[in-house]
Amino acid sequence: MTPALEVRGLAKRYGAVEALAGVDLVVGEGELVGLLGPNGAGKSTLVKIACGLVRPTRGEATICGLSAGSHEARRKLGYLAELFRFPGWYSADEVLHLHQKLSGSAGGAQERHELLELVGLTDARDRRVEEMSKGMQQRLGVAQALVGSPPLLLLDEPTSALDPVGRRTVRTLLEELRRRGTSVLLNSHLLSEIELVCDRVAILLDGRLVTEGSPAELARPRGVEVETDEGTRLFEGKSRDDVPALVAELVAAGRKVYGVRVLTSTLEETYLEAVGGATS
Amino acid sequence: MISVLTIAGYGLREALRRKVFAVVLLLTAAFLGLFWLANHFVFENLANVGPPSGIDARTFAGAFMFGLAMFGTLFLGVVLAIFLTIGVVRGDAERGLLQPLIVRPVGRATLLVSRWLGAVAVCAPYVGAVYIGTMLITGLTGHWWPDHVVIPGVELAAGVALVAALSLLGSIFLTSTANGIAVFMIFGAGLVTGLLGTIGHALNSLSLSHAASIAAWLIPFEGLYQDALREITADTTGLTGFLLTLGPFGGGYTGGPGLRLWAIAYLVIVGVVATLAFSRRDL
Repeated sequence: MTPALEVRGLAKRYGAVEALAGVDLVVGEGELVGLLGPNGAGKSTLVKIACGLVRPTRGEATICGLSAGSHEARRKLGYLAELFRFPGWYSADEVLHLHQKLSGSAGGAQERHELLELVGLTDARDRRVEEMSKGMQQRLGVAQALVGSPPLLLLDEPTSALDPVGRRTVRTLLEELRRRGTSVLLNSHLLSEIELVCDRVAILLDGRLVTEGSPAELARPRGVEVETDEGTRLFEGKSRDDVPALVAELVAAGRKVYGVRVLTSTLEETYLEAVGGATS
Repeated sequence: MISVLTIAGYGLREALRRKVFAVVLLLTAAFLGLFWLANHFVFENLANVGPPSGIDARTFAGAFMFGLAMFGTLFLGVVLAIFLTIGVVRGDAERGLLQPLIVRPVGRATLLVSRWLGAVAVCAPYVGAVYIGTMLITGLTGHWWPDHVVIPGVELAAGVALVAALSLLGSIFLTSTANGIAVFMIFGAGLVTGLLGTIGHALNSLSLSHAASIAAWLIPFEGLYQDALREITADTTGLTGFLLTLGPFGGGYTGGPGLRLWAIAYLVIVGVVATLAFSRRDL
């Protein structure tokens, strides 16, 4: 099966700055992959190369098997930039109409209505962009990326300007996209969001991929905490599978067991461990 | 084709919404009003006009006034062209307007061509309208009409289209402000070299005329403008014809068909360079 996005040995240098230093990453069909990393790790550069906005110094990127940046590849993707703006004098409906024409979508008014409904902007259909809040514009940006139902979505910080309700809307939308089989590469600083919706997480640091795996894989066991009549004890190195034997052992030793908690590291802890507290 | 029309329309709408048209129309109305006033006073007191001996006063005043109007037309057209194109690439990319468009399957070359066509679709009719308006003012007020009507107007519009192309090229490398300044300076330099050519012609200085001629070919919008000036009195012969070419709006430089062909080639070269540069630009 051809991956929705595949990058091999991708490198990008801006003068003396190495934004990407040979990254390999695959986003499978229908997969939702979260891209994490501190500022300047190369996340946006990777996405921009996939969109054809930036040319790689070396390596290659393909969209559904097509060379990234090519006319054909761009037909297969929807993109929401981290910093974007729509002309203020366009209404929400007109923005979508413009992108329908540019992407060759034949969805018409029905598609525009559905997209606005999907991002909770039905009532703002005729509202000008300049009269919208930043959050509404961001949701419109997500809708714009979905025009033409592309098989791959590249979303660069799609929830950065959203309030909790807006974030929930986008999260629900991502779940709906997964249901529809759309592949998504999601750049975000919001670890909880990534943890909740992504099938896989990749962490970039200084232009290199340092960790990759499902949120469950990345959430490593940290031990088992058992509450007994002697107090709470931590059994490091133990996992969920060890719990029955551990409890049996304690009971056999005459202890009264009141509670057991399997401890795993959160994605945040894994992330901080991977990037070593790096930020910029 | 749909993409070209869509993006050209996008540019057109941007111009409308940014009130560029409103400002330009206001300035144009003021310009035409003042120009009519000037014509009215000049031709009402034609006896007070003292042209060099041997020149018909009406021809002198008419050619001079209409030459001035052509300069004004070119200037207003260039202002419009620059403001429509200065920020098309880098300016729009910095504002985040370009990225959503450029990732669509339209191609960067298509975007450039469309934005240029959009600008020309606005500027060329505008230049044509002001050209015809000023010609009617001069003709109806002073009863003087240019020898050739169509070619000078087309050359002025083509000159403005060339400036739009240069401005688009500049927008790939420069910020909007820097690009605006750069294109205006090129435009100013062109006008100065045109005057230099006229002075060279008057002084019979081959060196000055040669220098002006080189400059006119390097920035052919200036050559087209000079040629347009020459065209309005092209059939005026004798001493009157000769002396008219010596004035500041005399069009001393004659480019002819070679210049027009070069202007087309120049446009193609600017287009190719812009497309290549844009295709290599990271956004």
